[in-house]
Amino acid sequence: MTGNTQMLAGDAALLHDVEAHDEHHDDGSKTTLGFWIYLMSDCILFAAVFASFAVLRGQTAGGPDAKELFSLPYVAGETACLLLSSFTYGMAMIAAERQQRSATLRWLGVTLALGLGFMFMELHEFAELIAEGAGPDRSAFLSSFFTLVGTHGLHVLSGMVWMVVLMAHVLRRGLTQANIVRLTCLSLFWHFLDIVWIGVFTIVYLTGVAA
Amino acid sequence: MATAHTSAHGHDHGHDHSSHGHGHGEGAHGSVKSYIVGFILSVILTAIPFALVMSGTVPAATAVPVCFGLGIVQIVVHLVYFLHMNSSSARSWNMAAFLFTLLIVAILVVGSWWVMAHLNANMMPGAMPME
Repeated sequence: MTGNTQMLAGDAALLHDVEAHDEHHDDGSKTTLGFWIYLMSDCILFAAVFASFAVLRGQTAGGPDAKELFSLPYVAGETACLLLSSFTYGMAMIAAERQQRSATLRWLGVTLALGLGFMFMELHEFAELIAEGAGPDRSAFLSSFFTLVGTHGLHVLSGMVWMVVLMAHVLRRGLTQANIVRLTCLSLFWHFLDIVWIGVFTIVYLTGVAA
Repeated sequence: MATAHTSAHGHDHGHDHSSHGHGHGEGAHGSVKSYIVGFILSVILTAIPFALVMSGTVPAATAVPVCFGLGIVQIVVHLVYFLHMNSSSARSWNMAAFLFTLLIVAILVVGSWWVMAHLNANMMPGAMPME
């Protein structure tokens, strides 16, 4: 760890000159505010997809409905993956704040594994639905279901790609101020996706099966 | 914790930048405790609606509003414990953007649902003399 720090010292000095002017005037709060505003626009995207689902959920065209298709224990498993990953990302942020590089990377690795678990479960669910003949082409209900859950899944996938990139950043340059700002932005994104998932399991799965 | 933080900054950035550490202190990112509290609350708030619906004994007229209510409470828990939203002045722009978004989302979702529900009611096959 100390060896690494010294090895990086020359690198850091260079970086320091480059970043001194644009990075060190503020503590990254402008960057995170900008990213927050992006998240708010993403919220509106999800609102549109949720609204279409709410409107189309009853239009099953004689096909299977939510009660016949969805398995709640399975959804509970997906939910557990995402919720745990939000927690482990929080632990990664705390380790990053304490400048504990290997702990940060470990927690990010756990988060990534949980994200992968979620993605595999979701893709498996999609594949089963399509194999049962309940694909997005079956009814308006299923089109809106695949659009909504698929949009969320794509967000999770891009979050995981971003996480891999940031792990490489942290491995190469350590927990610099710039990297901590990047990790903070991804933490907002990741927690935001968990919040969207609360909407998904409540509106799509729970009330779908209950109704 | 505080000393570890300062010394690490000393190595990486030199002393002139140690002030950055304060801007990103515990207040900005929460503590282990706040994440654990948030996590436990979320587990409870997820388990109740799942158990309610999976038991199958509660009528939909009760289960649906309870699920929505607990979902909203859980979103607030996530915002406070994971996203660290609060009313401090440093974050007032975040809050303003968030409240505005909430308004737009409400108009979009409730508005769409409301308009389309009325449309469905008025366009029932029996009400239309076509066909």
